[in-house]
Amino acid sequence: MLENIDFTLVNWSRGQFALTAMFHWIFVPLTLGLSYIMAYMETMYVKTGDPEWKRITKFWMKLFGINFAIGVATGIILEFEFGTNWSNYSWFVGDIFGAPLAIEGIMAFFLESTFIAVMFFGWDKVSKRFHLTATWLTAIGASLSAIWILVANAWMQNPVGTFFNPETARNEMINFWDVFLSETAVNKFVHTITSGFVLASIFVIGVSSWFLIKKRELLLAKRSIVIASVFGLISSFVLIGTGDSSAKEIVKTQPMKLAAMEALYEGQTNAPLVAFGILSGKENHKNVDADSQADFLFKIEIPSMLSWLAYGDTDNFVAGIKDLIMGNEEQGILSYEEKIKRGYEAQQALLALKKVQKNNPESPEAEALKAKFRDPDFIENNVKYFGYGNFYDPDPEVLKKNAFKMVPPISMTFYAFHIMVILGGLFLLLFAVFLYLVMKDQLHNKKWLLWAGVWTIPLAYIASQAGWIVAEVGRQPWVIQDLMPTMKAVTHIDVGSVMTTFILFSVTFIGLFIAEIRIMIKQIKVGPQKKEDINNV
Amino acid sequence: MFESLSHLALQQYWWIIISVLGGALVFLMFVQGGQTLIYQVGKSKDERTMLINALGRKWEFTFTTLVTFGGAFFASFPLFYSTSFGGAYWAWMVLLFAFILQAVSYEFRSRPGNVFGARTYETFLFINGLIGTFLLGVVVASFFTGSPFTLTDLNETRWESPLRGLELLFNLHNLILGLAVFFLGRTLGLLYFKNTVEDEKIENNIRKQLWYNALPFLILFVAFITWLMFRDGYAINPDNGEIFMEPYKYFRNLIEMPLVLILFLAAVILVIYGIAITLFRNSSAGIWFTGPGTFLAVFSLFLVAGFNNTAFYPSSIDPQSSLTIMKASSSHFTLTVMSYVSLMIPIVAAYIWFTWRAINKKKISKDELSSGESHFY
Ligand code: HDD
Ligand code: HEM
Ligand code: HEM
Repeated sequence: MLENIDFTLVNWSRGQFALTAMFHWIFVPLTLGLSYIMAYMETMYVKTGDPEWKRITKFWMKLFGINFAIGVATGIILEFEFGTNWSNYSWFVGDIFGAPLAIEGIMAFFLESTFIAVMFFGWDKVSKRFHLTATWLTAIGASLSAIWILVANAWMQNPVGTFFNPETARNEMINFWDVFLSETAVNKFVHTITSGFVLASIFVIGVSSWFLIKKRELLLAKRSIVIASVFGLISSFVLIGTGDSSAKEIVKTQPMKLAAMEALYEGQTNAPLVAFGILSGKENHKNVDADSQADFLFKIEIPSMLSWLAYGDTDNFVAGIKDLIMGNEEQGILSYEEKIKRGYEAQQALLALKKVQKNNPESPEAEALKAKFRDPDFIENNVKYFGYGNFYDPDPEVLKKNAFKMVPPISMTFYAFHIMVILGGLFLLLFAVFLYLVMKDQLHNKKWLLWAGVWTIPLAYIASQAGWIVAEVGRQPWVIQDLMPTMKAVTHIDVGSVMTTFILFSVTFIGLFIAEIRIMIKQIKVGPQKKEDINNV
Repeated sequence: MFESLSHLALQQYWWIIISVLGGALVFLMFVQGGQTLIYQVGKSKDERTMLINALGRKWEFTFTTLVTFGGAFFASFPLFYSTSFGGAYWAWMVLLFAFILQAVSYEFRSRPGNVFGARTYETFLFINGLIGTFLLGVVVASFFTGSPFTLTDLNETRWESPLRGLELLFNLHNLILGLAVFFLGRTLGLLYFKNTVEDEKIENNIRKQLWYNALPFLILFVAFITWLMFRDGYAINPDNGEIFMEPYKYFRNLIEMPLVLILFLAAVILVIYGIAITLFRNSSAGIWFTGPGTFLAVFSLFLVAGFNNTAFYPSSIDPQSSLTIMKASSSHFTLTVMSYVSLMIPIVAAYIWFTWRAINKKKISKDELSSGESHFY
């Protein structure tokens, strides 16, 4: 069955989506966090009437505006890409997936774009309080857009609140609240939004450190650092906490992702956590078989920690990659082979239904097949594994091999995860040190530390991108966990078209990226408005 | 409250919402139209800056309406989303490219260190204005002329033209609507400038340009409507869902839905009135007539395309594959949820109106350019 799939098309489409998503994600986290930092600064201005606060606010707002524009430009592509490049996906799950996207537009994007206009153009046109409200609403609008898109993404990772309707051949929503408030969605939202807060705090600290190094704008820099390090410190705790709860939930919903994150081939009780490790690279997701072993060149382990992280209990069994593929009766894990057969049965029932319906939509045979899809046993044992059916092959040997192909890129997931976690710890430390020193007024003479602040900015972006690699690459081969593999989601189109758009996007993005970085740096060098302008506050 | 409505009623309700968003989108295309006129209306650098600032505080609305239009279509008629976007790949991709360019241009144009220079960003704005209006018109015309696709049993799309959407450009009727929307955007852009910018030289240029754009628009529009009234349409047999060609289908739709006919006629009058008072009475209120008129015209055309047993997204090669609001829609449950969400639309419209007024209270003039308070593009 896999022979019928054009994998070059699938891979170019994935590449294009990943490119746009990751490009979008360069700009979004700064918007999410910086908007609150600005809103807080403006609140200080309105409260104290100190014109210096207004200058500070306006400086960060300018940087915000430059960043925002390009985030918007890439968002629109992402939205339409679901249709253009993942059209089978759009039909198969559009009944659920479309809703959050539309709600995002109606509820969040208008809020954001309306009040952003007031924020930028309203200084001399609306009252101080109205302006402040607009700034806060812009921040809230940004967070709301994050909620809805993350609900959509969380649903792909953990598809709840839906059933499969054989009549329309798609998944349909039956419970909105299950979709909206699933554990995955809540974790994802809190973790992601706080990651934006952390990134923005680091950005503010880094830029302010640069001013301190250059001995310019000392007041602005210090005030900004105080705000950003408090905000960053609090956010870091929440970030790490929800990172941990995400991992706990992934064990249940996407055990293969967790196994890949830790490059854990053999499941075990008292599983150790690899705190730091280097893989030899000989074993990879393309050559997993019954004898594969983890091949660390070097690693530092914390005994029993993984079991504890995953279940809050050191004695628990954490399934490895091979357990998941080959099954493990003792632990009640079904083998992929079995899941493939069961999913295949569900797919065959659907095709049979379509065939009899062609001749007579109301025949008793059709009714019987439809009833099957309402039968809780069939749903639990077969429909649940619908997507596995795509890996079926009549030849049992090939089927077995296919099962071993259903592994995400292990080393990529592993490294991305570890980079994110290590950096998360580092950021926490950074916020604490900066806060401590700025409060003691000792910061400006610690040059090396200030430079460290500046150079942490790129690290924040790396951590943030790494997080999405864990989430998105780690769930392969699924686009909708267990229901739809990525290869089935793709639009039927010639590879040439997708290659062409991929190249066009790459060139456009690189061009815009260079322009944005240069403008940003230039704007930082120019600094805030001159003090003389202050009389027209 | 929405739960108790039938599936069909919800589908119709959502088609109305899509039509509202479509109407709003075309009205807001005054931003795109205005972008193509910066050099014809603004002769000096200051004049151009004023024009760009007039548009720059509104472009987000058009952009966001486009995004929401897409999102709402996805949520309510996902089969359209997968069929049209996946099928007419190139038409949509080119359109999207034009919008990436727009989003950065305002913010980057006058910033120091912007790499490509102000002229490049102004060209981007022109490209967005040209392609944004023209291609959108072409795609909307395909709601009447049809596209070359078939659907499988499992509702997967097969697009039968290797041009993937660019074949729509080889249909004269599509082109006519595309050009009509282009000139309409420019007409609206001029009326908007007239309303927001206070500058004698600019005002003179506006009047002149209005002749060059409003007339072609009216001619093209009349041509499109005439042709639409005489052509066969894709009708649905309500008894068995079969799709067949019916002569004068769209004309009949107007006659059989008198309310839509009234809206459409009112729209035409408003559009012409707004243009006329600007041309002959030098009024600056034209946008308040032509704008709503545009909204109503597009709104009623969408209703003609989707209501009264009509297939709104026809297949030109396999009529039975055509999309109807019944076949393409989301489930009853999802439409119900979305209908509750739709109750937010009036609130959104209200705060947009409120802030729009607050920001536009003062006209844009040369004095403002040097005040140094506001953010400038
Ligand atoms: C500044 C960025 C940043 C930092 C320092 C961290 N994370 Fe993170 N992480 C993200 C930014 C991020 C993210 C970009 O926001 C992701 C991508 C998808 C998502 O839900 O959030 C993410 C995903 C993500 C996932 C996958 C979620 C999924 O697949 O659904 C896990 C398990 C963790 N994180 C765990 C952690 C832990 C234990 C951290 C401890 C320090 C941590 N993250 C720090
Ligand atoms: C903005 C942050 C995001 C980033 C950086 C990101 C990253 C990625 C990456 C790297 C891939 C390619 C995975 C692979 O095939 O190797 C991917 C695929 C994909 N992601 Fe995301 N993602 C993001 C957000 C989202 C969200 C919010 C959604 C859904 C709402 C989403 C939906 C998808 C889809 C549909 C694919 C294509 C299918 C696939 O290859 O799995 N992504 N993304
Ligand atoms: C693949 C999934 C995604 C899609 C389809 C998408 C869609 C969009 C669109 C269409 C816009 C432009 C809105 C406008 O017109 O103003 C946008 C901007 C935005 N999106 Fe995304 N987005 C995705 C991923 C994400 C994620 C994962 C987040 C946050 C967690 C996010 C947060 C935002 C924010 C805050 C903005 C505001 C502008 C900015 O980028 O700075 N988006 N997105």
